[in-house]
Amino acid sequence: MNKVYNNRAWWLILPMLLLVAFSAIIPLMTVVNYSVQDVFDAQTRYFTGTEWFVQMLNDPVLQSALLRQFAFSLTILAIEVPLGIGIALLMPKRGWRASAVLILVTLPLLIPWNVVGSIWQLFTRGDIGLMGWSLRELGYGYNITSSPLDAWVTIIIMDVWHWTPLIALLCYSGLRAIPEAYYQAARIDRASRWSVFRYIQLPKLTNVLVIGILLRFMHSFMIYAEPFVLTGGGPGSSTTFLSQSLAIMATGQFDVGPSAAFSLIYFLIILLVSWVFYTAIMNMQKDKQSGEA
Amino acid sequence: MSDSMPTTPDAVRTQAAAADARRRRKARPQTRRWRRGLLMAAYIVFVLLPIYWLLNLSFQTNNEILGELTLWPQNFTLGNYANIFSDANWYMGYVNSIAYVLMNMAISMVVALPAAYAFSRYKFIGDKHLFFWLLTNMMAPPAVFLLPYFQLYYTVGLFDTHVAVALAHCLFNIPLAVWILEGFMSGVPKEIDETAFIDGYSFPRFFVRIFLPMIRSGIGVTLFFLFMFSWVELLLARTLTSTEAQPIASVMTRTSTASGIDWGTLSAAGVLTIVPGILVVYFVRNHIAKGFALGRT
Repeated sequence: MNKVYNNRAWWLILPMLLLVAFSAIIPLMTVVNYSVQDVFDAQTRYFTGTEWFVQMLNDPVLQSALLRQFAFSLTILAIEVPLGIGIALLMPKRGWRASAVLILVTLPLLIPWNVVGSIWQLFTRGDIGLMGWSLRELGYGYNITSSPLDAWVTIIIMDVWHWTPLIALLCYSGLRAIPEAYYQAARIDRASRWSVFRYIQLPKLTNVLVIGILLRFMHSFMIYAEPFVLTGGGPGSSTTFLSQSLAIMATGQFDVGPSAAFSLIYFLIILLVSWVFYTAIMNMQKDKQSGEA
Repeated sequence: MSDSMPTTPDAVRTQAAAADARRRRKARPQTRRWRRGLLMAAYIVFVLLPIYWLLNLSFQTNNEILGELTLWPQNFTLGNYANIFSDANWYMGYVNSIAYVLMNMAISMVVALPAAYAFSRYKFIGDKHLFFWLLTNMMAPPAVFLLPYFQLYYTVGLFDTHVAVALAHCLFNIPLAVWILEGFMSGVPKEIDETAFIDGYSFPRFFVRIFLPMIRSGIGVTLFFLFMFSWVELLLARTLTSTEAQPIASVMTRTSTASGIDWGTLSAAGVLTIVPGILVVYFVRNHIAKGFALGRT
């Protein structure tokens, strides 16, 4: 669309800008302010410069939390994206069954995150949970409070359960936007199921998939409530991800300076990765527009 | 099998039979449909099983839960639900959560609609940077803002009110709404605006009477997302409230007491948090298929 150049559009943006500024800029400035000072009490504070940043970057606890975070995010993306595409392809396209499946698939997305944790806690406990109990009956000593591997696998299954629907729904609506004529042409050409997927469906899905991957990456990088309720970050600190380390530091120990520095580093990492995605989306849209023109 | 021209009637017959068999092997739509149905059913079972378990436990007494594992409630009881509906602390948790979610949806929608219109129709100084800056707020981890939010809302006297949580959730919901709505608005041809203005519509009248109805499914999907992200968020909601506006999520932590965890009530409370979600999906189910791609297919 060729947009008109008009600076009065700022008036339409203004209310939103004020509101977001109130809830984003002021708090962010507070964080920046804290990150360069050492605060003892309301009166005594010293300017420390980059000291906190250096300290945080060298902190082994945070380094390992960061590594775990990346491992987690990449694992769930590798599982959820193909699985989501597969489910979108399987979902019925019309009739009452389509509505029913749609509602059921969407369900996990609308459960509060801490309740997701509770659900999986109840489901996987060895004494009262169906899954934990069954695994024990089958002879596997399943225990998420003592075995890091069990805890990890459970958290990943939980996240797949929780978030695959998002990818599936995005892909589903992407698939619905493909005109029937494409499939008819493919049938005339006797295209195999795989080539229909590879050359008709997948290209049409790229846009929604990029959105889905971006959203999933962002949210998995901020994951807090689910592992907090399910494992409490344990056993040891094997499932303590970045948000939880930060929350422990900021609200538990009241280390304002270091946790502010940590916050900024954390935020910058997400920004960097998301910026890469964003430019990718923008370039894709540009390609598409120039292709259509 | 060779595909060369057959020379004898016999060869014609065998070749035709082979082609037939090949076709049957390849097509057989009946089995394919069965296999698809089966896989889909397997996934649905995977989705529903943990929820079923929650439902199952919510209808059991704590004694039954901690005793022998039972696949369905043996002594069906509504006692856990009665606990929740008879205790103001409990049911006010739901009221508080719904109150700030609705407030947040209203605020976000009102400011995001004009902003999204501006982004989709006009170029102006700094538009691209502003849009990216907006999106960055969606990426900000709530944990980063815990402490400053607490201090900010405490200073302005909004601590422990519904408005505080509603405003805090604007941090990620407004950018999200602008982003989704912008996609849908860009799908509406600009000629519609121009025609309406030539016909003498003022901007507000055009916006409300003509433009908004055209992006109905976009608005539906946006509301769905706003509800979803505000309803499920725990960290900020818990930090910004203490007693008056406590969300259900943090009321639920009360189930663990010194004498152990009240599993039955915890399950019942969990089940009740799923209900509003089901209602919302039910209302937007016809828009999801089209609108979930956020106007960007």
